[in-house]
Amino acid sequence: MNILEFKPKYPREKQIMMLLNGDEAVAYATKQSYVDVVAAYPITPQTIIVERFSEFVANGEVHTEFIPVESEHSAMSACIGAAATGARAFTSTCSQGLALMVETLYIASGLRLPIVMAVTNRALSAPINIHGDHSDAYLMRDSGWVMLFVENVQEAYDTTIQAFRIAEHPEVQLPVSVHLDGFFLSHTMENLYVLPDEAVYEFLGGPRKLVKVKVDYFDEEVDYALNPAKPLSMGMLAFYDYYFEIKTQQVEAMKRAEKVIVEVNEEWYKLTGRRYGDGLVDPYAMDDADIVIVVMGSSASTVRSVVKKFREKGVKVGVLRVRSFRPFPHKTIARLLKEAKLVAVLDRAASPGSMGALYLDVISSLYMEKEKPIVINYIYGLGGRDLSPLLVFKLIEELAEDLKRGFVPEEKVVRYLGVRE
Amino acid sequence: MMSSSGLKTTPQYRIWLFEPGIKETRPLIFNLRQLAEQRTSALLPGHRMCAGCTAPLVVKLASFAFRGPTIVVSPTGCLEVSTTIYPWTSWAVPWIHNAFENAAATASGIYAAINALKKTGRLKYDHVDIVVFAGDGGTYDIGFQALSGMAERGDDVLYILYDNEAYMNTGIQRSGGTPKFAWTTTTPVGKVLPGKPQHKKPIAEIMVAHKILYVATGTPAHWLDFMKKVRKGLEVNGPAFIHALSSCNRGWRVEEALSVEVLRRAVDTCYFPLWEWTPETGYLLTDRSLVIARNPALKQPIEKFLEIQARFRHLLRPENKELVKQIQEYIDSVWEDLLRRASNVPR
Repeated sequence: MNILEFKPKYPREKQIMMLLNGDEAVAYATKQSYVDVVAAYPITPQTIIVERFSEFVANGEVHTEFIPVESEHSAMSACIGAAATGARAFTSTCSQGLALMVETLYIASGLRLPIVMAVTNRALSAPINIHGDHSDAYLMRDSGWVMLFVENVQEAYDTTIQAFRIAEHPEVQLPVSVHLDGFFLSHTMENLYVLPDEAVYEFLGGPRKLVKVKVDYFDEEVDYALNPAKPLSMGMLAFYDYYFEIKTQQVEAMKRAEKVIVEVNEEWYKLTGRRYGDGLVDPYAMDDADIVIVVMGSSASTVRSVVKKFREKGVKVGVLRVRSFRPFPHKTIARLLKEAKLVAVLDRAASPGSMGALYLDVISSLYMEKEKPIVINYIYGLGGRDLSPLLVFKLIEELAEDLKRGFVPEEKVVRYLGVRE
Repeated sequence: MMSSSGLKTTPQYRIWLFEPGIKETRPLIFNLRQLAEQRTSALLPGHRMCAGCTAPLVVKLASFAFRGPTIVVSPTGCLEVSTTIYPWTSWAVPWIHNAFENAAATASGIYAAINALKKTGRLKYDHVDIVVFAGDGGTYDIGFQALSGMAERGDDVLYILYDNEAYMNTGIQRSGGTPKFAWTTTTPVGKVLPGKPQHKKPIAEIMVAHKILYVATGTPAHWLDFMKKVRKGLEVNGPAFIHALSSCNRGWRVEEALSVEVLRRAVDTCYFPLWEWTPETGYLLTDRSLVIARNPALKQPIEKFLEIQARFRHLLRPENKELVKQIQEYIDSVWEDLLRRASNVPR
């Protein structure tokens, strides 16, 4: 396709510009996504999502049933019940709330229910803290959810809508979480473009469609739902004779999700003119980069703006923003990073006794490559500590020195960024 | 599973199918012969509950009283693990298990989904009833928060507690439903402690305090009373709660042949009075408990309930007479209190 000739189906003039913060953008996207059930419990900084959505319900702007549950555990439990009945279900939480619902996150994915959840990433207690880091997201890393990290409010809106498409794709049928950094995105107002309602409805193909499953007491395939016309049992007991196969099917579905995320990203581009890299990763100035900074979430904007300055000075530095944390695009990342000389992976959560979760995934992606860069891990921004442009400036200078030296001693592989000595 | 072996023609193996658009409400049948001929249970034979367990009786009797399309929710527990061992299921109706503490929240989600689907013309049933069958652990203890939340929100769900008075699925550990001085593996009878030190939590009274639309107690030994109560619980347009006492021969250390008898004795001794409550009528005694209220001479001493269960064996030793007296006094005070509150008791 010739980029000059390309015109999206909804060019900017056909979209509506709004001034919203991240939470409001998510709530607005949910409103447009023909969601049947929202079950949620308030927690800072997610609260605005629930508040705005309650207003849509109170004003009769949506057909959605809103369940004001008594805990996050019940929020996810109700979403599971709703999705099992065939509804499109949504919830939102973060931090302690996410920690409380972890048990049911595994059940949602194990039952293959396409629930969508917005997570306004926030630090975990103790000490209690309401600001943004990724410790809550890392907590759900292995729960079988597709995890997409967004960089700005526009992307929070876009990704929330995309999440329903990815989750409900017949080849995927997995829950999807959309991660926006608490306060950095949840409470920051931005201008963004939104689609008209009917465009979102069309993009999602209308209401949720059920997949069919084979049950041996019916001759024909039946809807995978709690249906009095064709009853089936969900959430059964499976021991060593079946559990393993059920879990490996989940792993395979997650692999297929990788392809679907790319497709949906491309389709969104044709619809709106917006896309985020290939959907999985969003590279910037990577082509000839000696130094690459790997980062997730809102910090990518800060890093990119500083990298731009260094590029102007002729320093060969690039940025690789990871958008899809699960499924983790190992091959793409290996391909993009193997030519670099030095890679710094920024983790906004610590794993006491090990290294950052993103770092571990990046180095395991590179392990099978013959030529590989030195990879350093930076732990930064815990409890919402700001990653300022000055800090990124110092980081790149430090990396440039490491590159000049040509090696990094073992004790300097994992470093802190922006912590007081 | 069915067509090849010809089981489709055997009525007891019938899967319940309700075509969309169905209007009729199935009448409640009181005649045993008609019941046997015209109704099949929502719990199919072949499940792996213990011989002598009365939890399947609770489910079967309740399902005889179902009105029509029904979705069942079970939290983790004996009933769940023994009836749905993949790839087999004993459930003739749509059934879901989520986790231990969230049956009520799961039911709320189902209720909301049904409303949303009906509102948008995607579900074509007049009503789809939602019934929870939960054990005492999943109700008194770990599941209580979700239950209380569901009751407060007023979701139209019938929650049936089958109370076997301990964590029987994990091997007889005490729960909030275990009675005072009962032996369990976590309240063993030792040199210092004579079983569980605390009384049973008055769970049905707590649900009355939630001011929901219907609360009742029942046992499968009083089957007609129980079925009527299930139907009433389904008919109200809001949350309903039924506390069904259910004996466990493993945990109560009672002979299999006495599993129904022990429930009869629980009512005869007023250990477990039968009543129902609605906001309009208040407390009403029912069935055998009403008979006892009218003729107090029929009330049996608590020993009649204790003596056939080895979990209370230590209480029958002469040195523990005082403990039995304590239990009797507690039961009497609860019963007297109920008599004062029930509006259909002769005064």
